[in-house]
Amino acid sequence: MAKTDIIIHDKKDNVGVIVIEKVSKGQDCGCWIMEDDSSSKVKSEAEIPLGHKIALEDLKEGDTIIKYGHDIGKVIKSIKKGDHVHVHNVKTKKW
Amino acid sequence: MQIPKSFLGFKRENGRAGTRNHVIILPVDDISNACAEAVANNIKGTIALPHSYGRLQFGADLELHFRTMIGTGRNPNVAAVIVIGIEPKWTKRIVDAIAKTGKPVEGFSIEGVGDIDTIAKVSKKAQEFSMWASEKQREECPISDLWISVKCGESDTTSGLASNPTVGNLMDKLEPLGVHLCFGETSELTGAETVCAKRGKTKEAQDKFMKTWSSYNDFILKEATNDLSESQPTAGNIAGGLTTIEEKAFGNFQKIGSRKFIDVLEPAEEPTKGKGLYFMDTSSAAAECVTLQAAGGFNIHLFPTGQGNIIGNPIEPVIKLTANPLTAKTMSEHIDVDVSKILSREMNLDQAGDELIRSTIKVANGRLTCAEALGHKEFVMTKLYRSA
Repeated sequence: MAKTDIIIHDKKDNVGVIVIEKVSKGQDCGCWIMEDDSSSKVKSEAEIPLGHKIALEDLKEGDTIIKYGHDIGKVIKSIKKGDHVHVHNVKTKKW
Repeated sequence: MQIPKSFLGFKRENGRAGTRNHVIILPVDDISNACAEAVANNIKGTIALPHSYGRLQFGADLELHFRTMIGTGRNPNVAAVIVIGIEPKWTKRIVDAIAKTGKPVEGFSIEGVGDIDTIAKVSKKAQEFSMWASEKQREECPISDLWISVKCGESDTTSGLASNPTVGNLMDKLEPLGVHLCFGETSELTGAETVCAKRGKTKEAQDKFMKTWSSYNDFILKEATNDLSESQPTAGNIAGGLTTIEEKAFGNFQKIGSRKFIDVLEPAEEPTKGKGLYFMDTSSAAAECVTLQAAGGFNIHLFPTGQGNIIGNPIEPVIKLTANPLTAKTMSEHIDVDVSKILSREMNLDQAGDELIRSTIKVANGRLTCAEALGHKEFVMTKLYRSA
């Protein structure tokens, strides 16, 4: 079993969660997709700490972030695959 | 894993089964707390449930107060009940409703008697109840006698990743065996509300959920001094990686696995549509939510936490689990089940669910939870609005 640096809830998700202390910029990260117990890889473009999210594809302003297979907010600043995804580039659609 | 088909519980007069055998001294109102606590201090094997309200409430708020009092007394984890109020009328209303379960219950009022004589009189009855209850033996009960409530707290990303899905896995495995299940936290489903509504088994349940959620959301938006984007998620949630309320809500929602709910309950309402999953309209504050679920008749509680919530309840044992390895280490005295190995993939969800089932059965059989061992007895009434 490959080392898991990132866990992805659902195959449809465009973000994953860092589950090691942190990933470094340029790191080749092993991903585990919980939904079907499959694996994938993504190269990190930033240092991202435990519990925070990484983009699994390029995203542009207005795009929807999918986690758990569902809409969890909108992109307010374009995001490259491997970038850190958080409050600086994503906002709720609710309040 | 072969799921146990039974546990050792206390069979009650109305056919329910308890995981605990408490004799409670229940004050109707705030000013009867002193008397109730004095009695519980006098008589071993009893527990007082002091709280802050019960005077000059009216309308739906008063009805909720009665429902919580009565439901707490009716809970099968309670063997016998003493009710103490300042005046006889409301005291009697509570006693009569609890008596319908067939369990021993007696009411006392303080007005015209005073604390000291009331305490003496009540202590004699409490001693009788306590000694009677101490003879009760655990007997084999079908697993369907478990009524399991769930609520998470101090959540972080590990909650949505692992500890909440572990509870969901348990629900998926135990629901077919005929248990009752209950989730709540109306406000913290914001963002997942339409997806949650679709989990209603019938159109009626779906519509009732949306009506309940909308009403809560309207109330929050009306009372908010600003938008809630800095309260939900909190600064702590954000530091832990949670970005939006939607993300938090979908994490929360993992607790019900792939189950569907059959009805929406009022706060503290006892389910009447048989086995299966129910949604109860509750606050997302831990002690308030668990108090309401216990009053709804649930006899064992599962509480996933990320950063380490320490809540307990006086009558419903609260089992805590965490997937956060740091919390499991630094707050180990509060954590009953450590599922942090899911994150390192040394444990899968199926194994974690089995582990939680084993712990749930152990606690149902009588093993103390961390919260019980540490003396957590948070009994917190939900108040809907100002008193008259």
